[in-house]
Amino acid sequence: MVEETGKGEVGLPVLGQKAPDFEAVTTQGVLKLSDFEGSWLVLFSHPADFTPVCTTEFIAFSEIYEELKKRKVELLGLSVDSVASHIAWIRNVEEKMGVKIPFPVIADLNKEIAKKYGMIHPDQSKTETVRCVFVIDPESKIRAMIYYPLTTGRNMKEILRLIDALQTTDEHKVATPANWNPGDSVIVPPPTTAEQAEERLKEGYECKDWYLCMKKL
Amino acid sequence: MPCISPDGKPTSSGMTLLKSLKNGVLSPDEIANVTGQPLFRVRSGLRELKKAGFVEEEEGKYRLSKNGEMLVE
Repeated sequence: MVEETGKGEVGLPVLGQKAPDFEAVTTQGVLKLSDFEGSWLVLFSHPADFTPVCTTEFIAFSEIYEELKKRKVELLGLSVDSVASHIAWIRNVEEKMGVKIPFPVIADLNKEIAKKYGMIHPDQSKTETVRCVFVIDPESKIRAMIYYPLTTGRNMKEILRLIDALQTTDEHKVATPANWNPGDSVIVPPPTTAEQAEERLKEGYECKDWYLCMKKL
Repeated sequence: MPCISPDGKPTSSGMTLLKSLKNGVLSPDEIANVTGQPLFRVRSGLRELKKAGFVEEEEGKYRLSKNGEMLVE
Protein backbone atom coordinates (compact mmCIF):
# COMPACT_ATOMS: atom_id res chain seq x y z
CA MET A 1 0.00 0.00 0.00
CA VAL A 2 2.65 2.50 1.10
CA GLU A 3 6.35 1.90 0.63
CA GLU A 4 9.09 3.16 2.87
CA THR A 5 11.89 4.44 0.66
CA GLY A 6 14.56 3.77 3.29
CA LYS A 7 15.41 7.47 3.55
CA GLY A 8 12.73 8.28 6.07
CA GLU A 9 10.42 9.37 3.28
CA VAL A 10 7.17 7.67 2.49
CA GLY A 11 5.98 6.55 -0.94
CA LEU A 12 2.62 7.13 -2.53
CA PRO A 13 -0.55 5.07 -2.13
CA VAL A 14 -1.28 2.77 -5.06
CA LEU A 15 -4.31 2.97 -7.33
CA GLY A 16 -6.70 0.08 -6.79
CA GLN A 17 -5.37 -0.77 -3.34
CA LYS A 18 -7.09 -0.08 -0.01
CA ALA A 19 -6.65 3.51 1.12
CA PRO A 20 -4.37 3.79 4.16
CA ASP A 21 -6.50 3.60 7.29
CA PHE A 22 -6.69 6.47 9.76
CA GLU A 23 -8.43 7.80 12.84
CA ALA A 24 -8.23 11.57 12.93
CA VAL A 25 -9.24 14.60 14.92
CA THR A 26 -11.32 16.84 12.67
CA THR A 27 -13.44 19.96 12.91
CA GLN A 28 -16.46 17.61 13.11
CA GLY A 29 -15.11 15.23 15.76
CA VAL A 30 -12.96 12.11 15.58
CA LEU A 31 -13.43 10.35 12.23
CA LYS A 32 -12.11 7.05 10.90
CA LEU A 33 -11.70 6.15 7.25
CA SER A 34 -14.17 3.30 7.87
CA ASP A 35 -16.85 5.88 8.79
CA PHE A 36 -17.00 6.67 5.06
CA GLU A 37 -17.40 3.06 3.86
CA GLY A 38 -20.33 2.78 1.47
CA SER A 39 -19.82 6.33 0.16
CA TRP A 40 -17.33 7.79 -2.24
CA LEU A 41 -14.84 10.08 -0.53
CA VAL A 42 -12.68 12.93 -1.80
CA LEU A 43 -9.82 13.36 0.68
CA PHE A 44 -7.83 16.47 -0.11
CA SER A 45 -4.92 18.23 1.54
CA HIS A 46 -4.01 21.89 1.56
CA PRO A 47 -0.70 23.44 2.64
CA ALA A 48 -1.88 25.72 5.44
CA ASP A 49 -4.78 27.62 6.94
CA PHE A 50 -5.00 31.40 6.41
CA THR A 51 -3.15 31.29 3.09
CA PRO A 52 -4.50 32.80 -0.13
CA VAL A 53 -4.58 29.92 -2.62
CA CYS A 54 -5.95 27.55 0.03
CA THR A 55 -8.70 30.00 0.89
CA THR A 56 -9.80 30.17 -2.76
CA GLU A 57 -9.74 26.38 -2.91
CA PHE A 58 -11.82 25.97 0.26
CA ILE A 59 -14.42 28.31 -1.17
CA ALA A 60 -14.35 26.39 -4.46
CA PHE A 61 -14.69 23.02 -2.71
CA SER A 62 -17.67 24.42 -0.78
CA GLU A 63 -19.22 25.53 -4.06
CA ILE A 64 -19.14 21.97 -5.46
CA TYR A 65 -20.26 20.38 -2.16
CA GLU A 66 -23.88 19.97 -3.30
CA GLU A 67 -22.77 18.57 -6.66
CA LEU A 68 -20.63 16.04 -4.79
CA LYS A 69 -23.56 15.07 -2.56
CA LYS A 70 -25.68 14.41 -5.67
CA ARG A 71 -22.97 11.91 -6.68
CA LYS A 72 -22.93 10.37 -3.15
CA VAL A 73 -19.44 11.75 -2.52
CA GLU A 74 -18.28 13.02 0.87
CA LEU A 75 -15.55 15.63 1.20
CA LEU A 76 -12.76 15.63 3.80
CA GLY A 77 -9.97 18.20 4.03
CA LEU A 78 -6.59 17.90 5.74
CA SER A 79 -3.62 20.01 6.71
CA VAL A 80 -0.99 19.85 9.42
CA ASP A 81 -2.60 22.76 11.30
CA SER A 82 -4.49 22.36 14.60
CA VAL A 83 -8.26 22.08 15.00
CA ALA A 84 -8.23 25.51 16.68
CA SER A 85 -6.52 26.98 13.60
CA HIS A 86 -8.99 25.22 11.27
CA ILE A 87 -11.95 26.54 13.27
CA ALA A 88 -10.55 30.09 13.31
CA TRP A 89 -9.92 29.99 9.56
CA ILE A 90 -13.32 28.49 8.73
CA ARG A 91 -15.01 31.16 10.85
CA ASN A 92 -12.92 33.83 9.12
CA VAL A 93 -13.87 32.55 5.65
CA GLU A 94 -17.54 32.66 6.64
CA GLU A 95 -17.26 36.12 8.22
CA LYS A 96 -15.13 37.79 5.54
CA MET A 97 -16.14 35.91 2.42
CA GLY A 98 -19.64 34.75 3.28
CA VAL A 99 -18.94 31.09 2.59
CA LYS A 100 -19.79 28.37 5.11
CA ILE A 101 -17.41 25.38 4.98
CA PRO A 102 -19.70 22.33 5.27
CA PHE A 103 -17.14 19.52 5.28
CA PRO A 104 -14.83 18.28 8.08
CA VAL A 105 -11.13 19.14 8.08
CA ILE A 106 -8.49 16.87 9.63
CA ALA A 107 -5.90 18.36 11.98
CA ASP A 108 -2.89 16.18 11.13
CA LEU A 109 -0.48 17.86 13.51
CA ASN A 110 1.93 14.91 13.72
CA LYS A 111 1.77 14.37 9.92
CA GLU A 112 0.81 10.74 10.46
CA ILE A 113 -1.83 10.71 7.70
CA ALA A 114 0.16 13.05 5.46
CA LYS A 115 3.04 10.55 5.46
CA LYS A 116 0.75 7.56 4.82
CA TYR A 117 -0.71 9.29 1.77
CA GLY A 118 2.56 10.76 0.47
CA MET A 119 1.32 14.31 0.94
CA ILE A 120 4.68 15.81 1.97
CA HIS A 121 7.00 16.51 -0.94
CA PRO A 122 10.19 17.96 0.58
CA ASP A 123 11.22 19.93 -2.50
CA GLN A 124 7.90 21.76 -2.30
CA SER A 125 7.84 22.13 1.49
CA LYS A 126 9.38 20.12 4.29
CA THR A 127 6.59 21.03 6.69
CA GLU A 128 3.41 21.52 4.67
CA THR A 129 1.29 19.13 2.62
CA VAL A 130 1.08 19.72 -1.13
CA ARG A 131 -2.30 19.97 -2.86
CA CYS A 132 -3.42 16.34 -3.07
CA VAL A 133 -6.76 14.84 -4.02
CA PHE A 134 -7.56 11.18 -3.38
CA VAL A 135 -10.76 9.76 -4.80
CA ILE A 136 -11.68 6.77 -2.63
CA ASP A 137 -14.52 4.46 -3.62
CA PRO A 138 -17.24 2.93 -1.38
CA GLU A 139 -14.98 -0.08 -0.72
CA SER A 140 -12.23 2.24 0.53
CA LYS A 141 -10.04 1.66 -2.52
CA ILE A 142 -7.93 4.45 -4.00
CA ARG A 143 -9.37 5.11 -7.46
CA ALA A 144 -7.56 8.31 -8.48
CA MET A 145 -4.92 10.68 -7.20
CA ILE A 146 -4.04 14.26 -8.13
CA TYR A 147 -0.95 16.10 -6.86
CA TYR A 148 -0.57 19.83 -7.44
CA PRO A 149 2.25 22.11 -6.27
CA LEU A 150 1.81 24.79 -3.63
CA THR A 151 1.52 27.55 -6.23
CA THR A 152 -1.38 26.11 -8.22
CA GLY A 153 -5.00 25.92 -7.12
CA ARG A 154 -6.98 22.89 -8.22
CA ASN A 155 -9.74 22.76 -10.83
CA MET A 156 -13.07 21.74 -9.30
CA LYS A 157 -14.62 20.97 -12.70
CA GLU A 158 -11.89 18.39 -13.29
CA ILE A 159 -12.55 16.80 -9.88
CA LEU A 160 -16.28 16.48 -10.71
CA ARG A 161 -15.44 15.20 -14.20
CA LEU A 162 -13.08 12.61 -12.73
CA ILE A 163 -15.76 11.34 -10.34
CA ASP A 164 -18.33 11.23 -13.14
CA ALA A 165 -15.88 9.23 -15.26
CA LEU A 166 -15.07 6.75 -12.48
CA GLN A 167 -18.73 6.23 -11.61
CA THR A 168 -19.62 5.82 -15.30
CA THR A 169 -16.86 3.22 -15.68
CA ASP A 170 -18.16 1.30 -12.67
CA GLU A 171 -21.78 1.41 -13.77
CA HIS A 172 -21.35 0.62 -17.46
CA LYS A 173 -17.98 -1.24 -17.61
CA VAL A 174 -16.59 1.21 -20.15
CA ALA A 175 -13.61 3.58 -20.37
CA THR A 176 -13.75 7.30 -21.05
CA PRO A 177 -11.72 9.12 -23.73
CA ALA A 178 -9.68 12.31 -23.46
CA ASN A 179 -11.69 15.36 -22.45
CA TRP A 180 -14.76 13.21 -21.85
CA ASN A 181 -17.75 14.79 -20.17
CA PRO A 182 -21.08 13.23 -19.18
CA GLY A 183 -23.22 12.73 -22.30
CA ASP A 184 -20.21 12.15 -24.59
CA SER A 185 -19.54 8.77 -26.21
CA VAL A 186 -17.59 6.26 -24.12
CA ILE A 187 -15.01 3.69 -25.14
CA VAL A 188 -15.99 0.05 -25.42
CA PRO A 189 -13.28 -2.14 -23.80
CA PRO A 190 -10.98 -3.36 -26.60
CA PRO A 191 -11.19 -6.99 -27.72
CA THR A 192 -8.75 -9.35 -26.08
CA THR A 193 -8.74 -12.11 -28.70
CA ALA A 194 -8.39 -12.19 -32.50
CA GLU A 195 -11.88 -13.65 -32.74
CA GLN A 196 -13.38 -10.79 -30.71
CA ALA A 197 -11.43 -8.29 -32.84
CA GLU A 198 -12.93 -9.78 -35.98
CA GLU A 199 -16.43 -9.58 -34.54
CA ARG A 200 -16.04 -6.14 -32.99
CA LEU A 201 -16.48 -4.28 -36.29
CA LYS A 202 -19.83 -5.99 -36.82
CA GLU A 203 -21.26 -5.15 -33.39
CA GLY A 204 -22.75 -1.78 -34.32
CA TYR A 205 -20.39 0.51 -32.39
CA GLU A 206 -18.85 3.74 -33.76
CA CYS A 207 -15.46 2.19 -34.66
CA LYS A 208 -12.32 3.88 -36.05
CA ASP A 209 -10.75 0.44 -36.06
CA TRP A 210 -11.15 -2.81 -34.13
CA TYR A 211 -9.33 -1.44 -31.07
CA LEU A 212 -11.05 1.97 -30.90
CA CYS A 213 -14.80 1.67 -30.71
CA MET A 214 -17.17 4.03 -28.97
CA LYS A 215 -20.83 4.09 -28.07
CA LYS A 216 -23.43 6.39 -26.54
CA LEU A 217 -24.82 5.36 -23.18
CA MET B 1 -20.10 17.30 14.91
CA PRO B 2 -18.83 15.92 18.18
CA CYS B 3 -21.73 14.35 20.02
CA ILE B 4 -20.29 14.62 23.52
CA SER B 5 -19.26 17.96 25.01
CA PRO B 6 -16.18 18.28 27.25
CA ASP B 7 -18.43 18.03 30.36
CA GLY B 8 -19.56 14.57 29.24
CA LYS B 9 -23.09 15.57 28.22
CA PRO B 10 -24.49 15.03 24.70
CA THR B 11 -24.33 18.04 22.36
CA SER B 12 -27.30 19.03 20.22
CA SER B 13 -25.99 16.70 17.49
CA GLY B 14 -25.74 13.93 20.07
CA MET B 15 -29.28 14.57 21.28
CA THR B 16 -30.54 14.35 17.68
CA LEU B 17 -29.07 10.86 17.42
CA LEU B 18 -30.42 9.84 20.84
CA LYS B 19 -33.92 11.07 20.00
CA SER B 20 -33.90 9.03 16.78
CA LEU B 21 -33.56 5.93 18.96
CA LYS B 22 -36.49 6.82 21.21
CA ASN B 23 -38.86 4.41 19.50
CA GLY B 24 -36.65 1.53 18.59
CA VAL B 25 -33.42 -0.17 17.68
CA LEU B 26 -31.82 1.23 14.52
CA SER B 27 -28.76 0.72 12.33
CA PRO B 28 -26.48 3.67 11.49
CA ASP B 29 -27.98 3.78 7.96
CA GLU B 30 -31.49 3.96 9.40
CA ILE B 31 -30.46 6.70 11.83
CA ALA B 32 -28.88 8.65 8.95
CA ASN B 33 -32.17 8.39 7.04
CA VAL B 34 -34.25 9.47 10.04
CA THR B 35 -32.02 12.40 11.07
CA GLY B 36 -30.79 13.52 7.64
CA GLN B 37 -27.21 13.51 8.96
CA PRO B 38 -24.42 12.12 6.76
CA LEU B 39 -23.68 8.46 7.51
CA PHE B 40 -20.03 9.15 8.44
CA ARG B 41 -21.16 11.62 11.07
CA VAL B 42 -23.74 9.19 12.46
CA ARG B 43 -21.13 6.43 12.76
CA SER B 44 -18.70 8.78 14.49
CA GLY B 45 -21.40 10.13 16.80
CA LEU B 46 -22.64 6.67 17.78
CA ARG B 47 -19.08 5.70 18.66
CA GLU B 48 -18.87 8.68 21.03
CA LEU B 49 -22.31 8.07 22.52
CA LYS B 50 -21.51 4.41 23.09
CA LYS B 51 -18.22 5.26 24.79
CA ALA B 52 -20.04 7.74 27.02
CA GLY B 53 -22.64 5.10 27.93
CA PHE B 54 -25.70 6.66 26.30
CA VAL B 55 -26.28 3.93 23.69
CA GLU B 56 -25.68 0.19 23.43
CA GLU B 57 -24.78 -1.75 20.31
CA GLU B 58 -25.77 -5.26 19.35
CA GLU B 59 -24.97 -6.78 15.96
CA GLY B 60 -24.53 -3.39 14.33
CA LYS B 61 -27.79 -1.92 15.65
CA TYR B 62 -28.10 0.68 18.38
CA ARG B 63 -30.54 1.31 21.23
CA LEU B 64 -30.69 3.73 24.11
CA SER B 65 -29.00 2.70 27.36
CA LYS B 66 -30.71 3.49 30.69
CA ASN B 67 -28.71 6.76 30.84
CA GLY B 68 -29.74 7.54 27.26
CA GLU B 69 -33.41 6.85 28.00
CA MET B 70 -33.34 9.28 30.95
CA LEU B 71 -32.08 12.04 28.66
CA VAL B 72 -34.73 11.72 25.96
CA GLU B 73 -37.74 11.24 28.26
